[in-house]
Amino acid sequence: MILRTFSNLCAQSQACFRSARAKSTLSAVIDETGKSGLILKSLSTDIFENLALEDWIHNHVDLQNRNMLFLWSNAPAVVIGRHQNPWQECNLQVMRQKGIPLARRRSGGGTVFHDLGNVNLTFFTSKKNYDRHRNLQVVTSALKGLRPDMDVRATERFDILLNGQHKISGTAAKLGRTAAYHHCTLLCSADRALLSAVLKSTCQGIKSNATQSVPSPVKNLLDEDPTLDCDTIMDSVASQYNTEFGFSSPVTLVDPSDELSLPGIQRMARELLAWEWTFGRTPKFSICTTFELKNDTSICNATLNMDIKNGIIETCDIEVPSDWLPVELSREFSLHLIGGKLCPYETSVIAAEFLRTIPQNKELERKMYNLCRRVVFMM
Amino acid sequence: MAAVTRGSFTFIRRLLLAHRYKLCCSRVQTGRPDYTRHPHTVFIPQLCSSRFFHTSYVTSGPILPFKLSDIGEGIMEVTVKEWYVKEGDKVSQFDSICEVQSDKASVTITSRYDGVIKKLYYEVDATALVGTPLVDIETEPEVVHEEDVVETPAMSNDEHTHQEIKGHKTQATPAVRRLAMENNIKLSEVVGTGRDGRILKEDILNFLAKQTGAILPPTPFHEIQPPPPAASLPVVSRPVFTGKDSTEHLKGFHKAMVKTMTAALKIPHFGYKDEVDLTRLVQLRKELKGLSEARGVKLSYMPFFIKAASLGLLHFPILNASVDEAVQNITYKASHNIGLAMDTSQGLLVPNVKNVQLLSVFEIAVELNRMQTLGATGQLGTADLTGGTFTLSNIGSIGGTYAKPVILPPEVAIGALGKIQVLPRFNSRDEVVKAHVMNVSWSADHRIIDGATMARFSNLWRDYLENPASMVLDLK
Repeated sequence: MILRTFSNLCAQSQACFRSARAKSTLSAVIDETGKSGLILKSLSTDIFENLALEDWIHNHVDLQNRNMLFLWSNAPAVVIGRHQNPWQECNLQVMRQKGIPLARRRSGGGTVFHDLGNVNLTFFTSKKNYDRHRNLQVVTSALKGLRPDMDVRATERFDILLNGQHKISGTAAKLGRTAAYHHCTLLCSADRALLSAVLKSTCQGIKSNATQSVPSPVKNLLDEDPTLDCDTIMDSVASQYNTEFGFSSPVTLVDPSDELSLPGIQRMARELLAWEWTFGRTPKFSICTTFELKNDTSICNATLNMDIKNGIIETCDIEVPSDWLPVELSREFSLHLIGGKLCPYETSVIAAEFLRTIPQNKELERKMYNLCRRVVFMM
Repeated sequence: MAAVTRGSFTFIRRLLLAHRYKLCCSRVQTGRPDYTRHPHTVFIPQLCSSRFFHTSYVTSGPILPFKLSDIGEGIMEVTVKEWYVKEGDKVSQFDSICEVQSDKASVTITSRYDGVIKKLYYEVDATALVGTPLVDIETEPEVVHEEDVVETPAMSNDEHTHQEIKGHKTQATPAVRRLAMENNIKLSEVVGTGRDGRILKEDILNFLAKQTGAILPPTPFHEIQPPPPAASLPVVSRPVFTGKDSTEHLKGFHKAMVKTMTAALKIPHFGYKDEVDLTRLVQLRKELKGLSEARGVKLSYMPFFIKAASLGLLHFPILNASVDEAVQNITYKASHNIGLAMDTSQGLLVPNVKNVQLLSVFEIAVELNRMQTLGATGQLGTADLTGGTFTLSNIGSIGGTYAKPVILPPEVAIGALGKIQVLPRFNSRDEVVKAHVMNVSWSADHRIIDGATMARFSNLWRDYLENPASMVLDLK
């Protein structure tokens, strides 16, 4: 498989720079090559840059008579589907501790864990040529090409199962006005311990209509056969893609941070990074849970009820037994949280300010501090 | 009106089309078009307020149901996940209307028509069937002309109307194409300013204005022009400010700050200000900076200020105390948890360094570095933000000399540090020398602290900083 960089491709299509209309360089280059099939591979392992590149291609490249395959992988990140609830899907505390970012993609589907041992494949087509089964066949044929006796099968739900039981690939798709893309993961050598740790939510009592992930047992292809590493698999899929669709495209490397050839991409990556997109786009939900409050001498049970819309706390009711903490205090604290983001940092700041103005009594302070800590922990 | 000639009729028809475009986009009607330069003009008063011309009539726009089209793969139903519009919103063709989901695929549904949303057929999370109406859109009213029939080829009302001209694909809605065709404009010559280089009606109008020299109605956000001057009096056109006040409900952090500051100002403050000569400290820091950076820590002046404050508090523990609400009891806090007011992305936060009495200057620097990193990314936690007993504010890093800081309850004292200025000062030999001077402004709770205490504390703090070597004697 010939690897060519984008600049090489440009050199071969000098005509793009003479184009009269102000077109983006990558789009122009693709048009000028006149090819109907193209394979791109990302030079970046940043989840936001890569997702932005997917969007960019979807919005700017003319896919009416053209297909594209995009190969990419990322440093550890958790990616949730367009309509999912991150509090329900993953362990945000562990992710914060380990510095694993959360990203919300624009396609539907469930939550996945990405790391460098996971390969992502995106198939871009026109809306007419959107065919997920055909794309998955490319993947299964590619794998069978490497190991003919490996049992890999695509299911009705567009998963790929190894030996009929372990999931090695999940799928999601996005359809726009005229174009569509279908992307899927492929587990080659991902960190399974980390995967299980981050994909288990600790937030209880969530009531939501968000799309819920369906957990499945997973396995790495590397465990099945040590010769199956990410690069081998990517090459094989690219090759099979050419065969299946009758193209002869080499793999071209793309830098998703190149603003000159991809105008507007940095703004797109910033949008994907913003809290308003990642957390703020969560469908309306409510939290209803009880928790324990402890201090040196006593324990009690408190309840928390919150309604959250667009990631902002709309209503909040924290009830603590009046013998443990004065009712006015917990009520006032609840009122302070309304209108704020469901974010531990913002809540910490509000709690810190709130704690300044409560009556100065060591025991009361400690109890109130415990309550604040506990509420922040839930976020 | 027999005087209307064909030339002026064409001109007026253009105006009407432009006017219709204006109406459709709900822009502000701004005065009458200037006809004076056109030789055959008939002045038609109230053109903009009237929608009737004698050879044309207006039909009301039909309300068209926009059906959910086939998604592919034999999918018959989807779940509506998010609406981007609501009833009464204006939409243009290709604007996003809603997001639906089916079987792991998220689909953006875009509008087929320009118009106003009249009805949404489904709620969020409802199941919508393919082929059933999704929204009702009231499309634009048509202005039909009986005279001057222009032969135009039948326009298909496809979603993608592409036109291949010289190998370029130009995108434009059918309405725009008609406008161009009627005015004999080649779309390839017009620069599109819409999404994906799409040609909008504005682009055609701009092109027309340049090409024919025709005077078109002024753009909507033009200044309101006074009537043409009859006499030679110069009339000053006053720009009208169209900004609006906006009111927001105070919430979250700001609400909490209001409470804190209201409580703070109940404390009777007194102020004490002084000047500190930091020449020797500047020298010391220069020497130690390299060593600190070798250990991976950025060393500023703050660790010295904080440590000196802690050494001072050992002698004046009343400044590290707290009173209860009824001001009956005073609690002397054992730990020196010295807070540093920081300007972060979340606003003004005051994280504190715990137990400064046990830390070395280097260790304080390490803590400050950690808090600054967290502050920059908006990730300071409850532990860092609570439990402070004394505060320093380095407002001088932004600017300023003297300040009047407000005590942060439940503390009883606070210091604000101005900027370090290089100023001439007299030394002990009556010579004028270059000195690095910083101003400090202290505020304290006058209910329990008196001026003398504050002055003595300030002097001690100042002495440590003016002569850093003396800190070595008292370091534990």
